[in-house]
Amino acid sequence: MKLPGWKELVEIGPIILEPGNAREYKTGDWRTFRPEIDYSKCTTCLFCWLFCPDSAISFDGKRVEINYDYCKGCGICAAECPVKCITMKEEEK
Amino acid sequence: MKTTFKKIAIEGNEAAALAFKQVNPDVVAAYPITPSTEVVQKFSEYVANGEVDTEFVPVESEHSAMSACIGASAAGARVMTSTASQGLALMWEMLYIASSLRLPIVMTVANRALSAPINIHGDHSDSMGARDSGWIQIYSENVQEIYDNIFQAVRIAEDPQVRLPVMVNFDGFITSHSEEILEVLDDDLVRRFIGEYKPKYSLLDVDHPMTMGPLALFDSYFEFKVAQAYAIANSLPVIKKVGREFGDLTGRYYDLIEKYHTDDAEYIIVAMSSTCGTVREVVDELREKGEKVGLLKIRVFRPFPLEEISNALKNAKVVGILDRSIIPGSFSGPLYHEIVSGMYHLDKRPIFQPYVYGLGGRDITTEHIKNVFTQLQEIEKLGRPKNLIYIGVRE
Ligand code: SF4
Ligand code: SF4
Repeated sequence: MKLPGWKELVEIGPIILEPGNAREYKTGDWRTFRPEIDYSKCTTCLFCWLFCPDSAISFDGKRVEINYDYCKGCGICAAECPVKCITMKEEEK
Repeated sequence: MKTTFKKIAIEGNEAAALAFKQVNPDVVAAYPITPSTEVVQKFSEYVANGEVDTEFVPVESEHSAMSACIGASAAGARVMTSTASQGLALMWEMLYIASSLRLPIVMTVANRALSAPINIHGDHSDSMGARDSGWIQIYSENVQEIYDNIFQAVRIAEDPQVRLPVMVNFDGFITSHSEEILEVLDDDLVRRFIGEYKPKYSLLDVDHPMTMGPLALFDSYFEFKVAQAYAIANSLPVIKKVGREFGDLTGRYYDLIEKYHTDDAEYIIVAMSSTCGTVREVVDELREKGEKVGLLKIRVFRPFPLEEISNALKNAKVVGILDRSIIPGSFSGPLYHEIVSGMYHLDKRPIFQPYVYGLGGRDITTEHIKNVFTQLQEIEKLGRPKNLIYIGVRE
């Protein structure tokens, strides 16, 4: 995302005109630990989907999937998973 | 076109309320405080009598007053309020939000000292404290100017190039409670001059949902602040234009500053608000004796009209700068700081003498002003300014 220079902001001020553009702000780069799902153990109980505070886990009707563009690595999904099939792995640069 | 206007005798505060009534804003949210109480009191009478269409919000504090004004203005309403002193101080954080969100709120401030000790009388401590808050600040010398400045403030604030809040200041008690003759404009004329307000952005515009004032951290906040600083600096030509247009309608022209016998003056006093009337008297008297003295009145303090001020002062020998507020721990008042640092780089500049006067409503008389002009001549011989001089204080 290209950030505007001050000259582009004189007329409008601090106003966002396009609704819902928070999606463009990828918060995934805050992550230091990465949740990884072991699908062989996953029971599709949807606890992780329900608990993720960033709505970074989606469910397509078959299986849950983590969107790493927005997962900030808080580990709540791993803590809540009843069968402990999510592991938090340290991100490597 | 020469129009004749009705003349009435009226107090400063009531003239402000009358101007509010003629503007007929969508929303007024206010909490009364001495010495500006009558603005709100009188206006609420107009509301009760059905003489305005305004939604009047009697809030529980000035912080809430400014918050309600911000909400209403963001929603797209034409919004006005009034306060003074501690009330302005309580609005502090909201003042910054109003200006940073570029909301064209108009507020009158009957300038008054700040506690402690408790004092309800006039000085400029309140608005000078708010000088960095991003509001346009206009200072009124007399009752007519309060009235005239309010209409101009509406135009300036709402100008699409500006979109900033404007504070119309006048001296607490000295002007707020003085009964003077006022030339009243016709409602029609006022309506034509201020026009209908069409907000550029409005939170109630449901077809165009928007977010105002979102989070902007180290990657964006700086750009927004520079843009805001640029916007207020850019309002200078608009303020001048509006002052000219107002003059064309009424015969009373307004500018950023007012030069009174400064062109050939060797000694100039710089002042703001009601004190300018006192200085003008003395200038007239001394001019009759052939002394080359003048007055520079600062009408617009924010944005600071440095170029105009420099041009008006640069050929003088000694300039006395009269501040009606004090900065404990500094070597002068705020007006001195701005003028002197702004003119520092000029090759030819006068000697500047700092003065502080009139705190807590202490009188400033023609004798005091004469004495200042005498001191300016002594300072010329000395070749440099003296330390800050306090006018009329007991030692
Ligand atoms: S680590 Fe946190 S943010 Fe990422 S998927 Fe799990 S619960 Fe959501
Ligand atoms: S909480 Fe665990 S078991 Fe349940 S859907 Fe998520 S990963 Fe699968």
